[in-house]
Amino acid sequence: MGKWDWQVFLEDPGGKIPTYWQWLVSAWGWTVSVSLCSLVVALLLGSLVGVIRTLPDSPWLVRFGNAWVELFRNVPLLVQIFLWYHVVPKMFPVMAGLPPFILVVFALGFFTSARIAEQLRSGIQALPKGQRYAGMAVGFTTPQYYRYVILPMAYRIIIPPLTSESMNIFKNSSVAFAVSIPEMIQFAMQAGEETSRVTEMYMAVTVLYVISAMVINRIMAWVEKRVRVPGFVVAGTGGGGH
Amino acid sequence: MNLDLTFFSWAVVSSFLLKGLYFSVFLTVVATLGGIFFGTLLALMRLSGKKWLDMPAAIYVNGMRSIPLVMVILWFFLLVPNIIGRPIGPEYSAVITFVAFEAAYFSEIMRAGIQSIPRGQVFAGMAVGMTYGQNMKLVILPQAFRNMLPVLLTQTIILFQDTSLVYAIGAYDLFKGFDTAGKNFGRPEEAYLLAAVVYFVLCYSLSWLVKRLHNKIAIIR
Repeated sequence: MGKWDWQVFLEDPGGKIPTYWQWLVSAWGWTVSVSLCSLVVALLLGSLVGVIRTLPDSPWLVRFGNAWVELFRNVPLLVQIFLWYHVVPKMFPVMAGLPPFILVVFALGFFTSARIAEQLRSGIQALPKGQRYAGMAVGFTTPQYYRYVILPMAYRIIIPPLTSESMNIFKNSSVAFAVSIPEMIQFAMQAGEETSRVTEMYMAVTVLYVISAMVINRIMAWVEKRVRVPGFVVAGTGGGGH
Repeated sequence: MNLDLTFFSWAVVSSFLLKGLYFSVFLTVVATLGGIFFGTLLALMRLSGKKWLDMPAAIYVNGMRSIPLVMVILWFFLLVPNIIGRPIGPEYSAVITFVAFEAAYFSEIMRAGIQSIPRGQVFAGMAVGMTYGQNMKLVILPQAFRNMLPVLLTQTIILFQDTSLVYAIGAYDLFKGFDTAGKNFGRPEEAYLLAAVVYFVLCYSLSWLVKRLHNKIAIIR
């Protein structure tokens, strides 16, 4: 490998972007935007599906929710990204004009929604049954007692798994390299090849991933502290997932 | 789009897919066994109460867990040939990568498993005069493994799905088999759909089995 040469980041890749470090920053921006947009999609869909799976007296909705989770959990993310990128635009002509960015956001968002739905379901079911009955007893409709009684507690319970899920989504956005999204892995591979300074490029990208993961962790810890209900202790959840 | 699955014949399965499936399964099995072995060692280091053992293990585990798997795959593909001093195929590189990477995840599972054993069990082992090694081997680890078996198997299913990421270094796994077949026959869309179906059937059946096993274990306790 020889000696390290960090000045390679000041060189000109010969495209629109003047230097490699600026290209790296832009790649980091792509990673962040893919992750954040996917997180929004995943939270919305995951909440919807998670709630559906706990509704009383709606067996078909519950089945639909369960099928959703199984479908998106049992196919590798790489395959799902390829499906959204190569197959979906051909099968549904409406989606043909969509930019790759949107397709990848859908892929990662739907993939993660299944995990969030599963977490929210177990969060809701971890609540004592009495909470639901209490909501019913004071005359709330189903949407009302979900909105005012169940969900505020359930979301607090699942903050620890949501933290690891938001870190996962950040790491999983790296799979977008396979469909030419110019995110950090794509940068590492291309810039490494162009400059033959592979180690330096990998190191820079790795450090950015680690720093970003730490920042997300801090943000979520702050959120958890902000929304904590006094006297209500939540047990941590262990292991699993990538 | 009209789906045309006529290209999908036994010839395709035997010449493109079986080789890939074999490697994916091999990689999953080796990475699971190796990952559990090294993961247990890492977990023991972290629970040893000795700082010089705990700290390096913690740095390793947390470091691995904060980097995307694709990045780790690329790193090992770059570094392993440099370390052992000769070129290495993407398949061998993938095996080493997955053992090293999964060890970090399995160690967290094993740590939770060991911590789930009541302290009294540890003291009981000590009281009958067992050494640390005997206590771990005969009392703690068998129970920890049993408590954690469903989680370990679930992690193995995730691992099987993650083996598709060796795409990054061009190793020939199950997904690569579908990818190659699709490109050769000019039917990439159908190939990706079939890939999704095959992965789904495999992973869904496996997780169904794990669920059954979980219920069985839960009844015995």
